[in-house]
Amino acid sequence: MSAIRVLVGTRKGAFILSADGGRRNWSVEGPHFAGWEIYHLKGSPADPDRIYASQTSSWFGQVIQRSSDGGRTWEQPGPDHSGQVAPPGDEASPPVPQGESNKFAYDTSEETGRPLTTHQWYDGTQHPWEFTRVWHLEPSLTDPDVVYAGVEDAALFRTTDGGRSWNELAALRSHDTVAAWMPGAGGMCLHTILLDPKDPDRIFVAISAAGSFRTEDGGKSWKPINRGLRSDYMPDPTAEVGHCVHRLAMHPSNPGTLFMQKHWDVMRTDDAGDNWREVSDNLPSDFGFPIEVHAHEPETIFVVPIKSDSEHYPPEGKLRVYRSRTGGNEWQALTDGLPQKDCYVNVLRDAMAADSLDPCGIYFGTTGGQVYVSPDGGDRWSMIVRDLPAVLSVEVQTLP
Amino acid sequence: MIRVELPYHLQTLAGVESEVTLTVDGVVTLESLLDALEARYPMLRGTIRDHVTGRRRPLVRFFACREDVSHDPPEAPLPEAIATGAEPFLIVGAIAGG
Repeated sequence: MSAIRVLVGTRKGAFILSADGGRRNWSVEGPHFAGWEIYHLKGSPADPDRIYASQTSSWFGQVIQRSSDGGRTWEQPGPDHSGQVAPPGDEASPPVPQGESNKFAYDTSEETGRPLTTHQWYDGTQHPWEFTRVWHLEPSLTDPDVVYAGVEDAALFRTTDGGRSWNELAALRSHDTVAAWMPGAGGMCLHTILLDPKDPDRIFVAISAAGSFRTEDGGKSWKPINRGLRSDYMPDPTAEVGHCVHRLAMHPSNPGTLFMQKHWDVMRTDDAGDNWREVSDNLPSDFGFPIEVHAHEPETIFVVPIKSDSEHYPPEGKLRVYRSRTGGNEWQALTDGLPQKDCYVNVLRDAMAADSLDPCGIYFGTTGGQVYVSPDGGDRWSMIVRDLPAVLSVEVQTLP
Repeated sequence: MIRVELPYHLQTLAGVESEVTLTVDGVVTLESLLDALEARYPMLRGTIRDHVTGRRRPLVRFFACREDVSHDPPEAPLPEAIATGAEPFLIVGAIAGG
């Protein structure tokens, strides 16, 4: 019988929620890495027992953790817990000192890198590019040792040795618009990485607040894909970059269609980002953070409307997921099992996920520490756990 | 033998109790002490000093014999009481809680 594993990152540690395919009786394990912020955990599609975690702290920096047994035990990728260097390897896999797995150094080399420049700061001045943390980890669809990392200040890194070492794909940071990129309220983070399952050289990323970008050559060059976005907080509301994209989503069967929850507006594109159009329509608010696609219905999408950029909680104190079965524009409120009064939590950009069982299960976590599940595609919801630290991210693994 | 007290988050990361002991060859300075600490506990690399610049992370402070030595030159000798282990060297998160 199938099983479900939900990976939850919170402000004070990681939790793993497990159930069988019925998704009614849950066990809660954790906290792992107690006291640390866990921005994101994600399992490898190629090896579900391989899970990567971004452990971070404003005091003590960035740590990458890895599990090879489905989250029961964790290690910093390296040779072992006591040694200083990895065992001798061949030329293709030289030894990597333990601790290097936490090193995210922008590539400024002449051969493959780009000089460190500046980006726009909140007050309009230019600000140095500084690494802060890893926001999102996106394992390869085919190789458990390959993972992409989206970081703040915005850049894309990749490991090809299971997280032991990380190298920047620096072409993104060299784009001639970078001086106009600026941080959103959470920092200038690269928070979304979508790998095209039909074309390994095509990757989509999103940066707050720069916008969305696409590479067709495995990261050697990037193109802003923000035409059709309108952001009225900008001097030029339709500028090429500067848009505060909160999240992108894709169905693997149709990677040319992307859905976007922007600072304001829910958007879609059917030409891989070359042109976007708004599909917010009857939403009570088109502000929000996450957006997710149903596992088996490429035109069924989910958002969680939030009142406004100043009031990060559901309109009217009613926690409602909205579902569109038409790829946008026609939205239905899903409320069964969700609090419909006095609810003032938020759902952050990486805190919603879908399993691949049939019927598809939808999951989300809140800043109030609740994690909800709907095992029937959004019709009915129940709470898996209610009192975790503020939830930063939710991912789900469907296990055989 | 040098005694070093770690903040809670680094204790859990290194899998140790609050105080660890180190041996440092030669003059005991901030730099040689932290080098020895990171060599003994490589999982701490980057958590006290920035991985790239090697500089103290902004919200980490160092205390020796009740004095704040966070801004002392890395190569300056630490007090004898630290070098002999009579007093622990303290690594502290700049603000408690959070």
